[in-house]
This record gives sequence, C-alpha cells and structure tokens, in this order.
Amino acid sequence: MVGGVILIVLYLVALFAGFVAPYHYERMDRDRYFHPPIWPKLSGFRIVVPRYEQLPGDFVYREVPDDTQPVHFFVRGDKYQLFDFIPASIHLFGSDDQHPIYLFGTDQFGRDIFSRLLYGSQISLSIGVVGIFLSFTLGLIIGGISGYFAGATDTVIMRFCELIMSIPALYLIISLRATFPPGMSSSQVYAMIIIILSCIGWAGMARVIRGMTLSLREQQFVLAARALGQSNFKIIVRHILPNTLSYVIVAATLSVPYYILGEVVLSFLGVGIQEPQASWGNMLTAAEDVQYLQNYPWLLAPSAAIFITVLAFNFLGDGLRDAADTKSL
Amino acid sequence: MWQFIFKRLLHMIPLLIGVSLLTFLLMSLAPGDYFTTLQQNPQISPETIAKLKAQFHLDRPWYVQYFFWFKSILHGDFGYSMAYKIPAASLIFARLWNTFLLSFFAMIIAWGIAIPLGIWAAVKKDSWVDRTCSLISFAGLSVSDILLSLLALWFAASTGWFPIGGAQSPDHDLMSPLQQFWDFAHHLILPALVLAASDMAGIMRQMRSNLLETLRAEYVTAARARGLGERWVIYKHALRNAINPLLTIFGYSLAALLSGAFIVENIMAWPGLGRLTMEAFFAKDSYLVVDCVVMATALLVIGNFIADILLAWSDPRIRLK
Repeated sequence: MVGGVILIVLYLVALFAGFVAPYHYERMDRDRYFHPPIWPKLSGFRIVVPRYEQLPGDFVYREVPDDTQPVHFFVRGDKYQLFDFIPASIHLFGSDDQHPIYLFGTDQFGRDIFSRLLYGSQISLSIGVVGIFLSFTLGLIIGGISGYFAGATDTVIMRFCELIMSIPALYLIISLRATFPPGMSSSQVYAMIIIILSCIGWAGMARVIRGMTLSLREQQFVLAARALGQSNFKIIVRHILPNTLSYVIVAATLSVPYYILGEVVLSFLGVGIQEPQASWGNMLTAAEDVQYLQNYPWLLAPSAAIFITVLAFNFLGDGLRDAADTKSL
Repeated sequence: MWQFIFKRLLHMIPLLIGVSLLTFLLMSLAPGDYFTTLQQNPQISPETIAKLKAQFHLDRPWYVQYFFWFKSILHGDFGYSMAYKIPAASLIFARLWNTFLLSFFAMIIAWGIAIPLGIWAAVKKDSWVDRTCSLISFAGLSVSDILLSLLALWFAASTGWFPIGGAQSPDHDLMSPLQQFWDFAHHLILPALVLAASDMAGIMRQMRSNLLETLRAEYVTAARARGLGERWVIYKHALRNAINPLLTIFGYSLAALLSGAFIVENIMAWPGLGRLTMEAFFAKDSYLVVDCVVMATALLVIGNFIADILLAWSDPRIRLK
C-alpha cells in the first residue's frame, strides 16, 4: 500500500509539475552553474533561504552569513502552462532572484535540477503507463486470437513472438530506433519511444495470454457462448480476456518499471528525449562525465527519482499479486 | 540425449535467419545511410558515391541486400564496416569476445553470491539474515544499471583503485603478456561487478522461494521423520530439487544480462558489442548494426541452448517431450 501512496503523490506532482516547480525547465541562471543544493532553513517562525556567493575558481559557492530572504508561497514566477493549455505563473514557492531556491542544485547550464526533475517526471511517468496500456492491449488481443484459433495462426504468431523475444531487448530497441528519422519534434519523439517500447513489450504478454486462452477455450462458458452463436471476436473480447484480468493487472504493474527504464536508457544514450526538454534519462547524461560526477554529485538526483518510482511500482505489484493470488505464499 | 541436442540445434537456425531478416528490414526502413553525410562533402564526387553504394549493394532493394549479406555470411565473411573501413568480422569478434567475458564473469559472480545467500535466507527464514537479504534484494530489483554504473564510475574516480572505463591502459601494448592479462582483469572487475549486482537480486529471491517450497514437500518431512540431520536433509534432499527450476530462469537472466551489459558497456566504455552497436548506429553503418544484433541474439540463443541441455541433463522428463 505504501507503494500506491507514493505513486499517487508522484503522479499528482507530475500533473502539477509547472505549479510545484519553482522555475521553468529551460530557465538558465548564468551566475550559478553547478550550484550545490540550497535548502530553506527555519529561522524563528519563518522559513528562509540563505544567499550564496561564488568564490573564485571552479564553481565553488559559499553561504553568505546573515543574508536570508523569507520563502514565499504561491508567488508569481516563470510562466508555464498548467495541463499544457492553461497559462499560469503562480508557483507553490519561490523567492527573489538573489536568493534562488535550488533544492537539488543546478546543472551545467545553471538550470534548476528540482524543476527539471518535475518536468521530466511528466514524460518518464506517463510513458510507463501509456506504453503498458498500448502493449498490453496488443498483447491481449494477439494472445487471445492465437490461443483461441490455435492451429496454424497460433504457430505463426508464436514463432514471431519467439523471434522478438530472442533478440536482447536493447539491441532490438536500437534497431527499431534507427527506423525513425533524426530531428523530430519532442512530441514525435515521445510517441516514437512509446511505439518502440510497445513493439517489444507485447510479445511476452501475448505468450502468457495465449497459454491462458488455450485452457479457457475448453471451458463450458465458452462453449455456451459459441452455441449461442456469438462471433469469435466477441467471445475472445467479452468472455475469454476478462478472465485473464487479474493476472494482467499484476503483470502490468510489475512491467511499468521496464517502460520507464526503457525511456531513461534511450534518452540517456542520446536517442530519446532531446535537450532542452527534460527527462530523467537525458538529465543523467550530464552525470556520465566523471569530472562532473565527482565534483557535483547532485547531478545524480534523477536516478534517485527513478529508484523511488521503480521501487514503488514493485511494492504495489507485489501487494496486488498477494491480493489477487492467495494460493502462493 | 544426442537427439535432443540435435533437435535444439536445428531449431536455432531458422530463428537466427528470422532475426537477421527482421533487422535487415528495420535497417532498410531507416532514413539515409552511411553515404548520406558523405554526399554533402563537395570533395567526393557523386559518381564515387554511386560506385561505393553499388559496391555495398546499397542501391538495391533490401531483400537483394539481404541475399548478398547472407551469401557472404555463409562464406564466413561478415561484410565490410563502412565507417571503420575494415572487415566487420575483425571488429565484431573482438567485441563479441569482450561482451562474452563481461557477461560470463558477471554471471559467475552473480550466481556464486546469490545462490548461497538465497539458501542461507531460506534456511534461516524470518531471521535477521532473511529480512536483510530480502530488503536488499527488493531494493536491488529496483536499482537501474545506469545508476549502478554511474556510481561505479564515481567510486573508481574517487578511490583510484580501479581504472575509469575502457578495457586496457594506454601503455597496454608495451606490457608483457602477464601484465597485459592483469591489466585486462583489472579493467574487467568493476563492470562485471556492476552487471552482477543488477542480476543478483532476482536469482536470490528465486532460490529462496524455491528452497522454501521444497522444504515444505512431503519427502523432506519424511527425511526428517527418519531422523536425518537437518544439514543432510537440506543439502542432500531439498537443495537438489530446488536448484532445478533455477535452470529455467537461467535463460531469462541471460537476456537481462545482455541488455544490462549494453548499458554498462556504454557508460563504462567497455569495448563490447553494445558499445559497437551504438557507434555503428550513430555512423549509420547498417551492416555492422545487423551483424551486432545477430551476434547478440546468437549469444543469447546459445546461452538458452546450454540452459536447455543442462535442464534436460538434470531432468530426464524434459528429454522425452
């Protein structure tokens, strides 16, 4: 249940990313590259944020004593679009330009990592769910057809599944990626990643569903539906597939992390979501530089977000599995 | 048994042909080829490019290309890397060997640690050992290879105990064979550990639940009732049966291992197949990409084949199917 709560919070924050994030994801602070995390402090009854000044040398910053500014809530700041269409500029919290609040520090362009993390979560979190939905729908229908009709249809479909599953996933992903032209817009890239991941994901699902359908089609209720003269398609969709639902829900929850990680890997390798758009994967690309990594470890913040999300999905999936299946301990 | 092996071997051939066909089709759908960028170079005449294209059969439809590619594969020729300007075979096999070594050692480390830990956790069920192990393995299941590789890089950079990426030191060529071997091993340790760590959690959980299930079986109760020592019961009776299902997840874990190796190689600059695939991808060296994908698949298929043989060897029922 903890997993579910964490996920609800994460998705809510992603939904309202523009509002929760103090800055826009493209906003660059040219005075503060690689700024370490700045956390507001409690001073008396007020939450204040300290000011930092840059020391000479390689992006070394020092806190200025006794120069703080209170943190304001519901302040006006960078413009953004709530839900992608409502123009707004109110942010949950903020401060003035001299006292920025960089909860997780800034990156090599002086962009706030916390804000980018929130904007990135919109992409990373939604790709998981949309991808699962698409590939499981495909897997359900193809698996259902394969198991229901059996015979030659089944053999052809299953051989094709085996083919897809025998190629190591990332190699297949890269060859699929090659079929798309470079220089796509960010929404096209987003759709492309979902298509690529779904192209691979359906095979495993179809195999399991096919096995379940093979045993379900021998059951009495399918025979009854057939005797009543229902069409094959209707029998598959209305009678057989609903019986696999409890398995599908558990499997879907446990598979979402693979889709999230798929997006992360693609963007990390530079063939997914492109800068300046933020995604957890392309934010981590900066950490690939050992020099950066050593001196500015807060660049790893997205990987912590990935870890928490995946962990939450695994928790939820485990819980659902226990709830759905009381036989195995 | 021989019949079984032969049948499985025959099964691999259409699979590999199918994989190469599919990859070829995908690469032919890709916009542009290696020569697209060369065309913009005013120093290279269009005739030269046309000639080069004809030489690589790139001006023909994809199935004709495939036919030529397949014919040369049968002659043991893996084509010519357009970007590297050397025969692809020499590139591929060096990289394939590196990926194989990396995955092989990662597998040994992962299974070598995960199996005893799984047994320990199952035997001491609900103790602090078990709790700690399941907590760590649960976290381990959620850690991505990217984070682990980055952390390993960080570790190597801050302690200086391990080289940062690559497979050999700059002065590798000047070393004696023994030094070269140590140099290579020194570079291999960290990537192999990272890869093993990401694989370990799943195996450990599986081992634990398998053993727990077997310990509930009636023959275990019978063995205990006969007054056999607990050690004897666990290691002689239960364990042998609990190991069996693990052989089936061997193939699955190998697939995960190869995908993990892809990431580790790219981040830690290990010159393996995954890194070569990315390099070939960016250079639009289409034949090389196909070669890489087919080779990686072959590695996986052969791994599964070995797992099948092991399974058939340990469980006679499978042989008869």
